[in-house]
Amino acid sequence: MLCLLVATAIALIAVRGLLASIMLTSVYGLLSASFFVTMDAVDVAFTEAAVGAGVSPLLLLLTVAIVGRREAASNARRLVVPLLLVTVTGALLIIGTLDMPSFGSPDAPAQTHVAPRYLQQSGDEIGIPNVVTSVLASYRAYDTLGEVLVIFTAGVAVLLALAPAGQGGSARAEPPAPEHLAPHTILQVVSKLLIPFMLLFAFYVQFHGEYGPGGGFQAGVIFASGIILYGLLYGLPTVCRVIPPPVVEVLAAVGALIYGLTGVLSLLAGKNFLDYSALAADPVTGQHIGIIAIELGVGIAVAAVIITIYYAFAGRLHTRED
Amino acid sequence: MLSFTIIVILLVMLVALARAFTGPNVFDRVLAANLFGTKTVLLIAAISYLLGSPDYLDIAVIYALINYISVIGVLRVTEIRRERRQAGAE
Amino acid sequence: MSTLWLWASDACLLIGSFLLLTGALGFLRFPDFYARIHACGVTETLATGFVLLGLLLRSDDAMPQVKLVLILLFVLFSSPTASHALAKAAWNAGVRPRDNSGKRRVSLPHTDP
Repeated sequence: MLCLLVATAIALIAVRGLLASIMLTSVYGLLSASFFVTMDAVDVAFTEAAVGAGVSPLLLLLTVAIVGRREAASNARRLVVPLLLVTVTGALLIIGTLDMPSFGSPDAPAQTHVAPRYLQQSGDEIGIPNVVTSVLASYRAYDTLGEVLVIFTAGVAVLLALAPAGQGGSARAEPPAPEHLAPHTILQVVSKLLIPFMLLFAFYVQFHGEYGPGGGFQAGVIFASGIILYGLLYGLPTVCRVIPPPVVEVLAAVGALIYGLTGVLSLLAGKNFLDYSALAADPVTGQHIGIIAIELGVGIAVAAVIITIYYAFAGRLHTRED
Repeated sequence: MLSFTIIVILLVMLVALARAFTGPNVFDRVLAANLFGTKTVLLIAAISYLLGSPDYLDIAVIYALINYISVIGVLRVTEIRRERRQAGAE
Repeated sequence: MSTLWLWASDACLLIGSFLLLTGALGFLRFPDFYARIHACGVTETLATGFVLLGLLLRSDDAMPQVKLVLILLFVLFSSPTASHALAKAAWNAGVRPRDNSGKRRVSLPHTDP
């Protein structure tokens, strides 16, 4: 499996056509996710599946559609300094791994420091079966809040960079010009059958995150991919009518705010920021409420940001076409 | 039998990878990626039975969804590019 | 789980593996894109069906079974559609089938290339 991964990475560098390298990126994502599955890291594999193999190739494809398909021929002399830099960094990283304890060693810091507490007591303290979710959403809630804010910032940055000039930052103020698309009857019918199940599955992942792999991040990505599929087949104007861009932009902020407000609420109830046991009389119930609330916030924010990015890219595509 | 199937799937993945690397045109690569995706679904499903943890099936479902979307994406992008080239030629 | 089901599952997995191998062989060796898309589009759908059926016969719980059926349905819907979309995109982009010698282009009826 690792050999396949390395082979894909080398192929990725060797191939010059950008479309081909995107396909290889997608293959790379699939491979690393299967690798995570064999390592029993289900939640990581889930994220890699949705993001690495799904959404990022899609966004890269849209980028290629904007900038064109060929890689610019690179100057050999200019490559020397980056190559040196990469070699040195890589060497340093490899030297760093020499210090690490051997794989699966019982006295590694990761096994002795906080992991036993998470594994043994999270059942009593948080009361949900998926330890990964309780670590992400409760013990390490600050970190997750940071991640959500990073995603939100990324969405804002894409809007700033790609929004048409003179429209005050909004992705599209006027409806885009109608497209002249070749009709794809078969694709449209089949996708119309499949999209509802996709969205339903996104909700399943969202609310099942406490019991199995999954949670807000993955659910948001799946939901957004469903919407993007709809947009790809029916055109940007149609999908903009279904979910108007201003609504999505507001939702991205709302998602991040739900997360933050949950923290403030527990602060007001007299506990620490993001300490959900304050949210109900029984600490475990409080944890449940808190985790569901922040997962919802994460899901809304991620879905909204990805749809916003898609709108910005696709809108850019149309303005270039005119 | 399960492990035999898994080995076969890995072999097929290798073939798909070879085709993705050598493939003469873009569509061969897309086809290879699509094949790769379907095989990943099967691989994860089979692994979940080998290791006895049905949670993994969720990931397989995701793959089945994602794979389809990326093929459609490639299709649309090539189409948009062709339309633009035609518009440029006129 | 009874032994009978296990045998049936093994048979399904074996057929599925065989079909997978034939599909991969065709994908690797066939001369042009349309032959290749035929090789993996057709056999792979059937092979996926058999492998998933084989796994289905192995499980006792309801939830994995539901998910497997879901995957099966999804693959049955999406795989032919994806093949169709790809073939159509390739045709529109100017990829044409070849004849046995692998050189000359075949002129198909009802189309003007």
